[in-house]
Amino acid sequence: MLNTILTLLIFQTFGEGLVYALGLPVPGPVIGMLLLLLYLIWKKDLAVKLAPTSSKLLSHMSLLFIPASVGIIVHLHRIVNEWIPIAVALVISTTLSIMVTAAVVRKLKKAD
Amino acid sequence: MVPLNTIWVYLAGSPLLWLTATLLAYRIAGIVYVKTGNSPLANPVAVSVAILVLILYISNTPYATYFHGAQFVHLLLGPATVALAIPLYQQIGKLRRNWFALLAGSLVGGTVAIGSAMLIAWALGASPLTILSIAPKSVTTPIAMGISEKIGGIPTLTAVIVMLTGIFGAGIAQYIFRWMRVTDESTCGFAFGVAAHGVGTARAFQLSEGMGAFSGLAMGMTGILTAILLPIVLKLIGMI
Repeated sequence: MLNTILTLLIFQTFGEGLVYALGLPVPGPVIGMLLLLLYLIWKKDLAVKLAPTSSKLLSHMSLLFIPASVGIIVHLHRIVNEWIPIAVALVISTTLSIMVTAAVVRKLKKAD
Repeated sequence: MVPLNTIWVYLAGSPLLWLTATLLAYRIAGIVYVKTGNSPLANPVAVSVAILVLILYISNTPYATYFHGAQFVHLLLGPATVALAIPLYQQIGKLRRNWFALLAGSLVGGTVAIGSAMLIAWALGASPLTILSIAPKSVTTPIAMGISEKIGGIPTLTAVIVMLTGIFGAGIAQYIFRWMRVTDESTCGFAFGVAAHGVGTARAFQLSEGMGAFSGLAMGMTGILTAILLPIVLKLIGMI
């Protein structure tokens, strides 16, 4: 468990460092994820060791979004004032995006 | 004996109480989720947030005080994002075979999400600041906040809209898949990730590991593409 967490933190640190050094417009953890993916492709047997702890962490991913989401309390005023455009834009565009993405991937995907 | 009120004031100012409250709210939301037969309408993030907002509102606690405790949970988002590489690696064969379909899905789906959201918000009279804050709403929170800052939106408002998008997308997706008769694990997972980022990914993981892996991949790809392309496109059309 400790090794897995340490591995994740090291790759996140590399990601953050790289983003800062190169002035990339992408957050550090995303670059960290790509770096770890490349490393796993190189070190084939590592994924099996990391899998138990990482899948436990990922199964509670919902929890990790709660603190930022509670921030809704700060913007209640703007959201109440503009709730119609925000709600309609959110509902329609999210629905459209799911439909379009599923349709495009289904159309272009090779059979399994 | 110290009066109850004083104990509350003492605890309410400490990070411990709000960290505990966050985990407790998540636990309760988990029970609600199971009791409703895993209904997508009882999304654990939405229920937890509702509980916590209510408590903060009643106790008149500022968000900054709450976040002081909750940041320990928030901090784990980084390592969790990195951890997405592991399920992704386990799907690497499918990823190699279908990279073109996935890239196209991410580009087209991401463009539809951003374009339609901005157009609709504009048509219904949202303020320019709100329109810019809505633009990156399908992208995972840390990337979306960065983009919002770059294009001149309000990053924290973006974070909230991103969350609402994720909760809505995670809830509605299965109904859309059923209606479109999409059953394929990787296609469903990818659509989850493009439109509903991490919250969709969390939901996809509850359905299956493979679906979660593709959702995580979609989230990463869409996030990176949006972060690079959106500021350039907005500049080209003269919005910023």
